[in-house]
Amino acid sequence: MKIHEYQAKELFKKYGIPVPEGRVAFTVEEAKAVAESLGGYPVVVKAQIHAGGRGKGGGVQLARSLDEVATHAGNILGMTLVTHQTGPGGREVKKLLVEQGLNIEKELYLSILPDRGTAGIVIMASEAGGMDIEQVAEDTPEKIIKVFVDPLTGISPFHIRKVAFGLNMAPAVQKSFSKMLMNLYRFLVDRDASMVEINPLVITTEQEVIALDAKVNFDDSALFRHKDIMEYRDLEEEDPLEVEASKYNLNYINLDGNVGNMVNGAGLAMATMDIIKLAGAEPANFLDVGGGANEEMVENGFRIILSDKNVKGILINIFGGILRCDVLAQGVVNAAQKTGINVPVVVRMEGTNVEKGRQILADSGLNLISAVDLKEAAKKVAQIVA
Amino acid sequence: MSIFVNKDTKLLVQGITGREGQFHTQQCIEYGTTVVAGVTPGKGGQKMDEVPVFNGVAEAKAATGANCSMIFVPPPFAGDAILEAVDAGMELIVTITEGIPVMDMMRVKNALRDKPCRLIGPNCPGIITPGECKIGIMPGPIHKPGGPIGVVSRSGTLTYEVVHQLTGKGIGQTTCIGIGGDPVNGTNFIDCLAAFERDPDTMGIVMVGEIGGNAEEEAATFIRENLTKPVVGFIAGLTAPPGRRMGHAGAIISGKSGTAQGKIEAMEAAGIKICRNLGTLGETCAEVFN
Repeated sequence: MKIHEYQAKELFKKYGIPVPEGRVAFTVEEAKAVAESLGGYPVVVKAQIHAGGRGKGGGVQLARSLDEVATHAGNILGMTLVTHQTGPGGREVKKLLVEQGLNIEKELYLSILPDRGTAGIVIMASEAGGMDIEQVAEDTPEKIIKVFVDPLTGISPFHIRKVAFGLNMAPAVQKSFSKMLMNLYRFLVDRDASMVEINPLVITTEQEVIALDAKVNFDDSALFRHKDIMEYRDLEEEDPLEVEASKYNLNYINLDGNVGNMVNGAGLAMATMDIIKLAGAEPANFLDVGGGANEEMVENGFRIILSDKNVKGILINIFGGILRCDVLAQGVVNAAQKTGINVPVVVRMEGTNVEKGRQILADSGLNLISAVDLKEAAKKVAQIVA
Repeated sequence: MSIFVNKDTKLLVQGITGREGQFHTQQCIEYGTTVVAGVTPGKGGQKMDEVPVFNGVAEAKAATGANCSMIFVPPPFAGDAILEAVDAGMELIVTITEGIPVMDMMRVKNALRDKPCRLIGPNCPGIITPGECKIGIMPGPIHKPGGPIGVVSRSGTLTYEVVHQLTGKGIGQTTCIGIGGDPVNGTNFIDCLAAFERDPDTMGIVMVGEIGGNAEEEAATFIRENLTKPVVGFIAGLTAPPGRRMGHAGAIISGKSGTAQGKIEAMEAAGIKICRNLGTLGETCAEVFN
């Protein structure tokens, strides 16, 4: 799960990770009030959306007076911010973070995350702060320091020394950096974050170490033990169909194509999208109804696919294991009877209770196109939308 | 022959009294797996069908001689269940549970280092040696006993599809393993490939990967340097958008790494025959393996 910068900074404060003074604002008036409370200019007005690259898109502005705060807040609120992470459609800005400006001496990059390859926690840091770290990794990998921590023993001062000396950090700031990094590690592990990225982490002319930006993602599988973090979920940042699907525990991702598809199992669902593309069409979604899906889940999945206006044909591909074909068939029939099917549907079923499933579909009186195997199914649905 | 499990495997099921645990234990018994014990804390002394239930793994092992555990314990408690199985000295632990927090799995994985114990999963369909032993949730009848092909995959139903096509072409399987769709798992591709290479009855291998991480790239290097047996590969997710988690916790393209294209290129460079169209995988295997 992603959260906003202002939310990440609220959490940072609780863990003793220094951030600039600031607060969230939803209107121009609120932005002005926050700016006035900060006790001096310049202040920074930052668009809050779940995507990086906000500065380049015009979503981050420096204000030297209250008037400038009002101007910038007015411009940014309601704007559609397009960055390399939002896609061409961009994202409408509905919240701002207004915070104090800092006297920056040096910008660093710092991130900390679980590393799947080593099953350790990796700390990545670079003196090339404020830049696109993927680009730095590609062009000048020697400028990135990586330090691995064994999660069983946890972080030790020597890990931090490796990072600090690697960053050529002045002795005067090492102590506060060390404290900050210890707290950051504790935060990551305590709260099951799947990524914490501070870009830039700044050293001010006053020799303070401050997280100027904060990007934090959480492990969805661990949210059950962090009810307070679940409160941070912002449904406005998510696709409405994906929000709807999540209510029924369906793994649904909305895509740009016109062939809707419903599959059981994530791997098979990806492979089904791929075969749709190979057949010359484009998938409209990823939908894994899961191994343990019941009739209701299938029905809701089908309804969600049908509510995507781009969908011109649907491919249902089920390999019955735990999810029996008769359960799937009944779910499809229920959904079709309730919402009506307005596009052609190709069905390919195999596995547990396949005969029963085929019978249910045949008896339903619905106009469904059956396919004997995956290859034929993809070909048929691609012809329909061509 | 086979790898990791066979007719002598004595299975214990952790979480045997839950809905899923109960159903799949029955399915495994029906397939012919020797299930000797179940574990559900607080339900010791009861029976699930004919299977005696114990409060703990060590106790169950002492009473029944179980050497392998299958875990259906819900995600919040699954990490603990794996550690308990390790502590009790289980040789093989097959964890079906999906949705274990990454932090928990990282601790488990590090605790497993240098222990005489193999973990398969989590978030996997399990492992089957057709005709001998099924430990997991895969449908038994789609498999064809007797080999000569080994199957290793990160997915569940995608593996069933692959096995179904193999069986449809008359190609049997020695052992089929789902290593799971989580970012941090136990047994990896390389462990399975090495075991298949050593197994005299396995003549070829089907390897099914997907987007996310670099396990396929590492496996490709291993195959190039160590394998004499032919490998057919399939990678799911050519159309997956970057930055989105495609159902499996581990299936995510991060920046430029973890793409299907990158994996396919690495595998082809290692001499692996890649099938790009899942619909024709059976045919490709028939060509390569016959």
